[in-house]
Amino acid sequence: MKNKYSIFSLIKNAFSNHENWQRAWRDPEPKKEYDAVIVGGGGHGLATAYYLAKKHNLTNIAVVEKGWIGGGNTGRNTTIIRSNYLWDASAGLYDHALKIWEGLSQELNYNVMFSQRGVMNLAHNLQDVRDLKRRTHANRLNGIDAVWLETDEVKKFCPIINTSQDIRYPVLGGTLQRRAGTARHDAVAWGYARGADEMGVDIIQNCEVKGIKRNGDSVEGLETTKGFIKTKKIGVVAAGHSSVIANMAGLKLPLESKPLQALVSEPVKPIIDTVVMSNAVHAYVSQSDKGELVIGAGTDSYVSYTQKGSFNIVEETLKAILELYPIFSRMKMLRQWGGIVDICPDASPIISKTSIKGLYFNCGWGTGGFKATPGSGDLFAHTIANDEPHKLNAAFNINRFVSGDLVDEHGAAAVAH
Amino acid sequence: MFLINCPYCGERDQSEFVSGGEAHIARPKQPTELNDDQWAEYLFMRKNIKGIQFERWNHAHGCRKWFNVARDTSNDKIEKIYKMGEQPPKL
Repeated sequence: MKNKYSIFSLIKNAFSNHENWQRAWRDPEPKKEYDAVIVGGGGHGLATAYYLAKKHNLTNIAVVEKGWIGGGNTGRNTTIIRSNYLWDASAGLYDHALKIWEGLSQELNYNVMFSQRGVMNLAHNLQDVRDLKRRTHANRLNGIDAVWLETDEVKKFCPIINTSQDIRYPVLGGTLQRRAGTARHDAVAWGYARGADEMGVDIIQNCEVKGIKRNGDSVEGLETTKGFIKTKKIGVVAAGHSSVIANMAGLKLPLESKPLQALVSEPVKPIIDTVVMSNAVHAYVSQSDKGELVIGAGTDSYVSYTQKGSFNIVEETLKAILELYPIFSRMKMLRQWGGIVDICPDASPIISKTSIKGLYFNCGWGTGGFKATPGSGDLFAHTIANDEPHKLNAAFNINRFVSGDLVDEHGAAAVAH
Repeated sequence: MFLINCPYCGERDQSEFVSGGEAHIARPKQPTELNDDQWAEYLFMRKNIKGIQFERWNHAHGCRKWFNVARDTSNDKIEKIYKMGEQPPKL
C-alpha cells in the first residue's frame, strides 16, 4: 500500500530531511507470463496499464520500456493540453481526455500541475479567420468551450503580443479555449506509474523489445533484452518507434517518423500567463512554472529517428516568435531538443486492433499526443480488455486507411498540433 | 541537419532539399483494378525504417531535379545517392 501524499506527509518527511520517502514504484524483474504486456513506458503506455488495472481488473500485466519511463516524447513535449478540434470524432476523443485531466491530480494523488490557463490560437490571414471561426462554431456544437476574439481582445488577453497591422503576418483575431492549458509532463508519467504499480502492474525499465512471437494469426509473446515474456495480448504504445515494432510482427503502418523540436529559454519573471499558438507562422509559446519560455517548433520534412532536428526549423520558429513578441528579442535560449513523432497521413491517431489477434496499436499521435494522455490510456485499455474499441475511439481504427473514412485534422485543427 | 550531395549541383545543405518520402513505390498501372487493400497499401502504408531507407529527394531550392538517396535514418548518414529510374543499391 502506498502512503498518501499530502501536506502532512510533506511536513513529516521534512523532519527526516526527505530521506525516508517510500519508493514510488518497484523495479521488478519480468515474470514468465502476463495476461497483457504494454510496450512503451511513456505517459500513454503507463496510463493504459493504470486503466487496465483500475477499470478492467487486469492486474497481472507489465509495461516494458527500453529506456526509463517518461524518457521519450512524454519528457520532450511542450505540455499543451486542449480539445478544440474540428471534427466530431476528434472533439469527442480530446475532450474525453480534457475531462479526465480536470480531476487527474486528485485521482492519482499526484500533483500533475494541470493549469487551465487557456490556449489561444491566432489568425493571420483571411483564410485563417474563416477556418478558425468555423472551428469555433464546430467546437461549440460539440459542447467544447471556444470563443472568437477580435484583435483588440487578443491584445487584452495577452498584452505582450504585437498586434500592429504593419507586421508581415498581422494578428487578425484568434480563438480561445479557457479550459485548455498545460500540465507537468514528468508528473503525468510518474503519477500513472505510481498508481499502476500500486495495483500490481510490473513496470520493467531498460527492457527493449527485440521481437514479437506469433503463432499463425495470434501473438504468443515478446522477445526482450530481459528474456522471453509469454502473453496473449500486446498493446504497443511506442510513439516514433511504432513502425519498428510493427515490422517485427510483419505489419506495415501508415506512419512516418519525423523529428519535432522544442526549446526553452533562460528563466524569467512571469510574462505570459497563457499558451499562444500560431499556425500560419508556426510558433507557439507558454511559460513554465520555473519561468522558462517553452517554445515549440515544427517537424523536419524527412524521416529520421535521431531525436534532433535541423537548425533552419528552429530559426524559422524564432523569427516568428520575435515578430509576434518583440519583448523577447534579448532572451537567451537554454536548451533545445528533439523527439521522434509518428505522423499519420490524416494527422489523427490510431487506437486499434490489428489483423493479428492480441496485437493492439496506439500510435500516430504525431505532434500532439501529450494532451490526450489520460483519454488515450483509458480508451486503449478498453480496446485491449474488450477486444473491441470504445465508441470514442471507434473512428480511430486502422481500417480507416482502407475504407477511406479518414479523420482529416491536417490543417483543420488549431495548429500543427 | 546534414549535407546532401546533389548529383547535379554538388554538396548543399539539407534545407535546400525537400524529402519526397519512401522511394520505389510504383504507381499502379491500372488503379481501377485494385481492391481497397491494395490501394491503401500503395497510398498510405510505409516501411518507415529505422536504418537504411531508400528515399526520393528534390533539390527544391536548386536545380529542382529529383533523385534517390539511401540514408540511415538512425543517424542521418547518407550511404549512397543514385538517379531516378536506377535500382536501389545493395548495401
